[in-house]
This record gives sequence, C-alpha cells and structure tokens, in this order.
Amino acid sequence: MRVVVIGAGIMGAACALALAERGAEVVVVDRVGVAGETSSRCEGNLLVSDKAPGPEADLAIASNAMWRDLAERLDADRPAGQPATEFEAKGGIVVAFAGGEAALERFADAQRATGIRAEAMDAAALAIAEPFLSPEVARAIRYPDDAQVQPSNATQALLATALRHGARLVIAEVTGGLGRPGRLAGVRTTAGPIAADVVVDCAGPWSGEVAARLGARLDIRPRRGVILVTTPMPQRVFHKVYDSDYVGAVGSGDAALQTSTVVESTPGGTVLIGSSRERVGFDERTGVAPAAAMAAKAVRLFPFLEHTTLLRSYFGFRPYAPDHLPVIGPDPEVAGLVHATGHEGAGIGLAPATAELVAHAVLGTPTALDPRPFLPSRRGLRETA
Amino acid sequence: MIRITVDGEPVQGREGQTIAGVLVGAGRTAWRTAQTGGRGVFCGIGVCHDCLVSVNGVEGVRACRREAVDGDRVEREVRP
Amino acid sequence: MRHVAILGGGPAGLAAAQGALAAGARVSLIDEGDRLGGQFWRHHERLTDPRLQHAWHRFERLRGALAGGGAQVLVGASVWSAEASVDGVRLRAVVGDADGDGRSAIDVDADAVVVATGAHDLALPVPGWTLPGVTTAGAAQALAKRDGVAVGRRTVVSGSGPFLLPVAHSLALVGSHVVGVHETSRMPALAGGWLPRPWELAGKAGEFVGYVGALARHRIPYRTGSAVVRVLGRDRVEGVVVARLDADWRPMPGTEREVACDAVALGHGFTPRLEAALALGCAIDGDHRGRFVAVDDAQRTSVAGVFAAGEVTGIGGADAALAEGAVAGFVAAGGALDDPRLRGPVAARRRTHAFATRLERAHGIRPGWTSWLDDDTIVCRCEAVTRRAVAERADVPLRAMRLATRAGLGPCQGRTCGRAVEAIVAESGGAAASVGFDRRPVLAPVRIGELAALADTDPRT
Repeated sequence: MRVVVIGAGIMGAACALALAERGAEVVVVDRVGVAGETSSRCEGNLLVSDKAPGPEADLAIASNAMWRDLAERLDADRPAGQPATEFEAKGGIVVAFAGGEAALERFADAQRATGIRAEAMDAAALAIAEPFLSPEVARAIRYPDDAQVQPSNATQALLATALRHGARLVIAEVTGGLGRPGRLAGVRTTAGPIAADVVVDCAGPWSGEVAARLGARLDIRPRRGVILVTTPMPQRVFHKVYDSDYVGAVGSGDAALQTSTVVESTPGGTVLIGSSRERVGFDERTGVAPAAAMAAKAVRLFPFLEHTTLLRSYFGFRPYAPDHLPVIGPDPEVAGLVHATGHEGAGIGLAPATAELVAHAVLGTPTALDPRPFLPSRRGLRETA
Repeated sequence: MIRITVDGEPVQGREGQTIAGVLVGAGRTAWRTAQTGGRGVFCGIGVCHDCLVSVNGVEGVRACRREAVDGDRVEREVRP
Repeated sequence: MRHVAILGGGPAGLAAAQGALAAGARVSLIDEGDRLGGQFWRHHERLTDPRLQHAWHRFERLRGALAGGGAQVLVGASVWSAEASVDGVRLRAVVGDADGDGRSAIDVDADAVVVATGAHDLALPVPGWTLPGVTTAGAAQALAKRDGVAVGRRTVVSGSGPFLLPVAHSLALVGSHVVGVHETSRMPALAGGWLPRPWELAGKAGEFVGYVGALARHRIPYRTGSAVVRVLGRDRVEGVVVARLDADWRPMPGTEREVACDAVALGHGFTPRLEAALALGCAIDGDHRGRFVAVDDAQRTSVAGVFAAGEVTGIGGADAALAEGAVAGFVAAGGALDDPRLRGPVAARRRTHAFATRLERAHGIRPGWTSWLDDDTIVCRCEAVTRRAVAERADVPLRAMRLATRAGLGPCQGRTCGRAVEAIVAESGGAAASVGFDRRPVLAPVRIGELAALADTDPRT
C-alpha cells in the first residue's frame, strides 16, 4: 500500500509515522518542509481542560494518553540533531474571577462525568501552586492531565522517526490529482507525479484548497491566532494557567477579535501569553489590537507581568470546520482521498489519536476510537460546503 | 561625579555616562550571568541585549542605553 | 499640510527632516537615542572628545534646520510598532528612560514615513567571542565617543572595512593601547575596491589614507589579510590568536600567533535594521551578501507613502545617507524629484552609490570565514547555540531550525547572529537566506504593562 501524505505539519508527521509503522509505503509532500507553518506557529497545547463533553473531548482524552508514550519514545530514540519534544506534563489550572465561579464549576462537573480529571483547589493550594497569581482569582480548578510539547520540535521528531521507518519526504507543491474523476490515484506536484493508493490531506488551513486541487470539496478555513513571548526570566508561572473565558472562545463562530488568557512558562525561560482568535482569512497584518488585549488580560491574571518585557509576537493560522469539529476520514465523493484536518487550535494535542483514525481509514488497522463523529460525510460539514 | 551601586558595591562614574560607560570606566567587563559565564557590553548600541541589568528593581534594562543617575541601584541578572 | 514622520535621527533621518521641511511639510522625527545624531554623531555634550567627531558642522547645521523649521523631535522614543495602510502610517512609541517601566505612549500618525533606521555592526563569531572584553567595533566607538571610556587597556581591532580605522583612532584617543588593526581582506581585494577610478570615491580614499596615517602616528600596526581567529581567556579576554588569511578568508595553517590583550573589538561590516521596513510591508532586495530595503530613484519603497534612506538601503556611509535622506524627505513631503533644490543630493547620491559597491568589493565578507569556527563555537550568543547545532538542523525550514536550536530566539532576536547562522545553514546544504531572520513584529522592547495600557484606548479591542 502506497500512501501520499500532503503536509509535513503535526498532522502529516503523525499520520506518516502511524502509517509507516503499520507497514505502508509513505511519501510526505510539503511545499516548504517539516513544520513550516501552523505547527511552528502555535503553543503546543495538549489539553483536556478546554474540552466540553462530546466527541472532541473523547478524542482529546485518548490522544492525551497516547502523547505520553509517544513523547517518551521520540525522545528516547533520538539521533544527533533531532530536537527533544519538550513534553511536559505540567498540568493546567483554570481560574475564574468573581462572578465566573459558578460557570467554571458547572463546566468542570460536566467534564468529570466524561472522565476528565478536574480538581477543585482551595486558596492555600493555589498559593503554593502559583504564588504569583492575582489574589483576585476567586476559583481555581486543576487539570493534572493538561500537558505541552514544543510543537515544532515534536513535529520534527515525529517526521524524523517516520523517515527512519522508511517514509520519504518530497519538498514540492501539490498541483492536482492523478486518476479519473471520483477516483484518486496519486498527486501531481511541482516535482513530478507521485502515484499512490491513498492520498491523505493534512494541509491544515490550506487543506480546503488542496482538496479542491484534488477534485474534492472541503470547507476548511483559516483562523488567525497571535501569541506573545516575553524575555527570559526566573520562573514565576508553573502550570498552564487560563482564565475560564478561554472555554467560550474555542467554539465561537464570531469573526471579530476574541482573546482569552493563557499564560505559561517555557523551558527557555520565556513566558507565553495567548491567545487570540480572528477570522480574517490569511491576512498577515495583525495590528496591535490582539496583543494589547491579551497583555491586559494577562496582567490581570499575573500582575508581575506588567513589568516584564515583550520580546516578540507570532501568529499562525488554525484550520477550522464550520461545525468546529476535526475532519478525519475518507472523502465521501472522491475515492482514495482521506482527510485529517480542521483541528483548529488543538491539532498538536489531537495528532496521535487522529493518526490512529487515519491508519484505520487507510489500512483498516484496529482502533478503539469512534471515527463516526469526525467523518467528512457528516451533515454539519456537508450542509455548508 | 555620580555614585551608583552594583550588587551592593559602590561604583563611581561621570555624570551623563551610560550605566555601561560607568561600569567599563570602572574596569568592569562582566555584570550579567549567562549560560556560558559572564557577559557585559558587546554591541554598545542596544542591539544585542548582552548587557542587561536590573535598575532600581526593574529587570531587563540595557546598560548601554540607560543613562546612569546618581544613586541608581544596579543588580546582576542571571539567565535561567 | 502633509505630515511626514521620520524614523531615525542619524544622518539620513536628519537630512530627510530638513528635506521634508524644505518642501513644506510638517515633520515629526523619532529616535530611540537620548540625543539626535544616530551612531555616526553619537555624542554627549560634556563627555565627548570633539576630536572623535566627523563632519560635526554638518550635524549642527541639520539640527539647527530642524529647530528653525519647527520639526517635532521625539528622542528617547522607542518605536515598537509600525503599520502602513491606505490612510497613512501609524507609528507607536514609548517615550522615557531607556527600557523604563511605564513610559508614556505616543502614536504618530503621518501621511508618509521615511525609514532611516540605519545599521548596526556585523560581528562574525570567533571561538571565544562570548568572553567579557570582546565587543563590537561599534561598541568600542560608542563607548569612546559617548561615554569617554576605553573598552580595554590593550585592545586588538579585527574585522573588515574602513570603519575599523576611526575605531582604532578613537580607542587611542581615549587612552587604550591599540595592539593592532587586523583587516581581514587582502591587499588585492582592497586595491580592487579602492584604487580604480578614484574620482568615484569623492575623497573617501583620501580619508582612508588619512586614517592610516593617524594610526601610524599612534604607532598602531595596520595589517591586511589578517584576522583574530580565536579569543583566549578563562573568565575574560587574556589574548587572541591572529592568523593570515587567504582570499576567501580561510586562515592559512602555520600563520597563527598569540597576542596578549584585554579587549577585542570585532566588526565585519554592517547589517541594516530592517524590522520597521518589513513591518510596514516594504519589499527587500539582495542576496547572501546583504539584504536591503528596495527603493527607486526617489527613495520610494514598494509601499505607497513609505520611503527609506541611509544604511537600510545599502551600506554607503554618512555621505550617502545624507544625500538619500535629503531626497527621501523632500519627495515624501510632496516635492518633485526634478526640483532644482534636489540637484546637489541627487548628484551626491550617484557618487556615493559607486562607493558602496566598491566597499563591498574591497571588504565584503568571504565565505571561508566559517573555517575559523570550531564545532562547539557559540554562534547565537543569547541562547548559547553552537555551530554544530545549527549545522545539524540545516535541512529543515528556517523557522523549524530556529525553534529546534533556539538560534536567534533570544533577547536580541537574531540581530547579532542572523547573518552568521544563515551562512552556516547555507554551507551545510540548507535553505537559501531569506528575510525570515529580519522579521520582528515587535520592533523594540516594550513592557507588557505598556502594551496592556493600549487595550483600553484602542477602539478595535
């Protein structure tokens, strides 16, 4: 079985490894190379805390568990030059200011029912866990399973491991499909045609455009997110700390700027402040509005940040589907095409489980996960396509 | 003449000098601890951020760009 | 009345301000330094030895023109954001003590902007260059001029370009013993750049010769085809290894010798400060030898209303900057390029551009320099990233390489190491140089609190 994987971001790298390990002959095609875009422009969150009960939460719980083994394996089996994943099971703490306590507790209660660990913290425990947090915080829930990787490095490690399992990387742009209408038999690229039994579209925010080039319809759009990075400093943030308004922003379809506070330290000593969400197409002019809004909210959470220095900011485009669920599985109209996209801001976390579902779709290998909610044929996707 | 303190030790300089100027003039070359050891002034014009110090409790001040003021409390920064 | 903002108060910016005033505009000139003059006329009223200044009368004349013309001058103003749109240009700055906490925010909205952000030293890595006592040539010059201090008692100057000469001269005047000036380029290259068509050099060759004479009077040896290839010391500089180099800047085996010193000043040319121009959307031209803001005859960039002048458009020295600035400011204010008042600057610019080309021919960096690095030589000073680490990740896209190695991710944001890292990536078979290293959306350090303060006032929030 020969499989072309389009895209060398987290999704393409994870799928390439899963497929190669299960015996497929894999060719990864990317126009710039590994982690050239979204996967090098995000935070590397492996979260369960932000997931409302539902199919995505189930996927996140499974994927979060898979990341622990995967990261250990990638880091243990690491030749010179391959970066560490920087996997860190630091846990998340979601906090609410006065007035938001009840909503946070209701949310956590519902999550516990689905198997997400969510532990209420009293003031003393919070002061020990995050001594620099604002005293105005009224309620805090700890999510011990929230973790992170350095997303670019994790992607590079995944792809390097896939290549060692026999996958190939071709740096080229996909220009069209091979085969006849309705039946894909490979891809045309700027480096020549590549025949394949199955093509997996892992092109992230560009996966709708790639699908169109392959004769399929897929409604995936970009959503811009900006992240701020401070200068390195002694560690003062010890977990991923979110304002509970984060939960509201993920599922929203509102085009206007939304920000919600996520603050965490990195192994490099910097503090990351996220995140914003704007539906502005592939517009790269971010302006200062998202940065200013995030800075203001971050200072409310951690007052010491007021005096720290902004080192840089970066932005990336996240792929989202109209119904805000990942799109994983066979294209309903074009045989030989499988999608793995639409993970919005959660792609790093959801990659291992997604790769298992892709292997299931391509090779028929077993999975305990339920693929149905994510199928490209689902109504929530087709109605708007 | 102005007097500042560097990690508690008094250092004299001329009025108008930058903090880096005061330190170099006093024969000091390293006043920050980086991963590889001491660092001091390198680019001298605010580009390289090697000369960072805390000044009166404010972190991350480029010593080559900040004019020293009599009584300034300059402290070493250690790169985590 | 047309409002022209000028970013940078060095020769190009000052000339642009004068030009814009002459064409009838309202002018705002913004500079992060605490005084006008830029690096070229860096000074302090009480501390600067006047013998260290060049063409000071021109500075005084320009400064006078600004005052007389009613220009708004903002010094100590760090511009951290620049945006261009169809409505014009918006610059956001914080004004106050350098890197202070809670500086006041100032927005400058203008019809046009002249980017005159200049350049900074390009110091190539050398084993041992992170030792205290190693500075850039520009640092040695700045500390001598602005603060009246010498970077060391016994200083070795090494690098390439005519700038090393005034640096050595300044060091001698502030009391350092300059052990030697090592010009990396060899005589044939220097002769090829400096000797033909002397009329194009408009006195530059004479200046060069004058400096060599001044060094001789201070008994400072000036060696060509020679460079510091290693810095020695435990906790600080104790000496250097100098070697003779071939035409590609490879050290020639057997020519190494140790020289005792307590300071080293390195300068291998200059790198333009492109981040503001990139933030404004300007197209960048160039290749591995250097990338600059692309401009036309009238100093217009690819973005309407955005002009550029001085070292951001090419390393040509102060005379070129003055001529380009005059053109940029005048046209940005609505003046015509064929206006008789621009005849002088337009002619001067033509001459100085020839000089820039020849400077590159004589002193341009040659690819063999990387052979004086060890595998474990630190290339990125901020994050202590070695040459080996960069070379091992050279095959992935630049962004992924930076995130994997942390090269260029530290506090200086690749300003110091960018060109060197690109060279190592290229020689290791990696991606061709791109503007990736120069794109810095946060143009200058700003406190999170200063940024947060804008959230309430920005209507888009």
